[in-house]
Amino acid sequence: MNSEKMKKITSQRLFLPIFCLILVLLVNVVTTPNFFAISIRDGVLYGYIIDIINRASELVILAIGMTLVVSASAGTDISVGAIMAVSAAVCCNILSGGERAVTEYASPLILGFLAAIVVGVLIGCFNGFLVAKLNIQPMVATLIMFTAGRGIAQLITDGQITYVRVDSYRLLGASFPGIPIPTPFIVAVIMVAFTALLLSKTALGMYIQSVGINKKASSFIGIKSIFIIFLTYAYCGFCSGLSGLIASSRIYSADANNIGLNMELDAILAVAIGGNSLAGGKFSIAGSVIGAYTIQALTTTLYAMHVSSDQVPVYKAIVVVIIVALQSPGFARWRKNLAKKKNMNITQKEAA
Amino acid sequence: MKKKVLSIIAMLAMTVSMAACGSGGGEAPAPAPTDGEGGEEVSSDAGDLITVGYAQVGAESDWRTANTESFKSTFTEENGYKLIFDDAQQKQENQIKAIRSFIQQDVDYIVVAPVVETGWETVLEEAKEAGIPVILSDRMMQVSDDELYVAWVGGNFVKEGETCGEWLADYLEAQGRGSEEINMVTIQGTIGASAQVGRTEGFGNILAQHDNWKMLDMQSGEFTQSKGQEVMESFLKSYDDIDVVICENDNEAFGAIDAIKAAGKTCGPNGDIIVVGFDSVKAAFESMIAGDLNATFECNPLHGPRVAEIIQKLEAGESVDKIQYVDEAYFDTSMDLETILPDRAY
Repeated sequence: MNSEKMKKITSQRLFLPIFCLILVLLVNVVTTPNFFAISIRDGVLYGYIIDIINRASELVILAIGMTLVVSASAGTDISVGAIMAVSAAVCCNILSGGERAVTEYASPLILGFLAAIVVGVLIGCFNGFLVAKLNIQPMVATLIMFTAGRGIAQLITDGQITYVRVDSYRLLGASFPGIPIPTPFIVAVIMVAFTALLLSKTALGMYIQSVGINKKASSFIGIKSIFIIFLTYAYCGFCSGLSGLIASSRIYSADANNIGLNMELDAILAVAIGGNSLAGGKFSIAGSVIGAYTIQALTTTLYAMHVSSDQVPVYKAIVVVIIVALQSPGFARWRKNLAKKKNMNITQKEAA
Repeated sequence: MKKKVLSIIAMLAMTVSMAACGSGGGEAPAPAPTDGEGGEEVSSDAGDLITVGYAQVGAESDWRTANTESFKSTFTEENGYKLIFDDAQQKQENQIKAIRSFIQQDVDYIVVAPVVETGWETVLEEAKEAGIPVILSDRMMQVSDDELYVAWVGGNFVKEGETCGEWLADYLEAQGRGSEEINMVTIQGTIGASAQVGRTEGFGNILAQHDNWKMLDMQSGEFTQSKGQEVMESFLKSYDDIDVVICENDNEAFGAIDAIKAAGKTCGPNGDIIVVGFDSVKAAFESMIAGDLNATFECNPLHGPRVAEIIQKLEAGESVDKIQYVDEAYFDTSMDLETILPDRAY
């Protein structure tokens, strides 16, 4: 009975991603006993765990968009980091009115936010057009924005860091007065909830999976495959624009060189760690979100363990290799074979 | 049939493109005559003007822009120079082309801020044969024969780190904490970058001289504000009593300051934690005026005057030192920052 229950749990789709996240966190019980301590400082929650859920927010939002893109087009959008930089540059430049450092808004805050999101969506649409309509391979199509994006952002900001030193601009990346939870986490939760509702309450989720599994067949049964793929890229652009805003608000500036740098790789990794196949088709947003938190948990854990900075990449690589290997089909087969052998041994023994 | 036509078209296209290449190759020396006019002009009044060709990396950062500005404002006609400026857009082949065109124009001196360290032998040999002295700016070149260039002018990251350590020792002494136990953390730059290696080493040299200084931890903030903030958040949770934060560039310091404030602590001259940065960008001055940052140590991009000095010495027939560091200052909150800030070039 018990083993059956166990089997039910372990065969759940999200079991392995959650298992890996817990494993990463458990290391801290031994190495950093106060890792799980949470207190309140200056009216805001304070602790390592809070750092993880706060710092992972941009990655979580990116991972949502990336999951849909991967599912529908069996390819990755490698321009998300560059889109973040562009949207941050657009937002800061509008708010500063072209100056390099301001202490007052040149235009209303909402205008900057809207423009940043619109730019993100537009670049997403451009990517979507190339992939869906022109049938260019996703990596090649998004490579254009990957290389050009930061150039565009540099052009907008004149190659300099644009500072918007207004307290209200920092709220999105910090926390609202009176609310102890960091704003980025709230935004991430809203995005996850919104996307989950959108996918489950409409047929969109099913359409995306079906297009990802077989584009042609989906077209035959009346799903507009091209439009669905286009839509996922546009949505990914939206997610990138939003996380660009958060990243920019954290440092109240637009740093075209560094905002979202290498984030596309982490986003893809989050999707993979979440147990999603990069070959498209079936997907789990929850898996990707857990993947994103796992990546941040790993980074924060390494800081807490005082690993010297030149060794950090090595540790990260080892953990990622283990996590991905644990979830690989090869490992699953090996585990099944092992279980079969064990069963056979038991039955043989019983027979004897 | 169709295939044949296609292949013929393809072949035609190839010959055309090859011809284009040929003409391109022919064009390469072509600018020389047009520039040659300038060259003749220069040689006619060579008595008063010294011609200097400057092959700059590009315009990738504020620092670089200030560096270019420094050359343009130093080598003016009023000062007796004619500057031929070339922006290589971060490509070595453009720089080699520029140096060759300088040689053809028979300039008096060539200044190069190399994009990369290797691959310069041939073109420097050509300059040597033409008898034109080459001066390097900012980055080094790896050549088998040091005689291929006259001098190198640039910043000294190790020295910057040492200056920082010495400043801190004086500052603590002035506060009466000279023999107190001081806990420090370092937010390093991108691991392996020459600025990170030099600054860590330089500060380490001074650290070793003080038994009461304790370096608790070092982590990389990758020279960015957001990583600096993230690393500092973690430091603050691991160590209760941090007295000094060394940030290997100013941007990391801004992030560290945000993290310190978010943890309910204070920093700056009147705060609990001393924060210092490197580079001395404009925003660092604003941060010091706001009372958040204690000091920033300069990475001076103004190489022009030093190069001019070398050229003057060479003109007078004197010998010059092979390696020349530019003067690098530091700025702290005891200075009149409001008056310094408007004059800062970067």
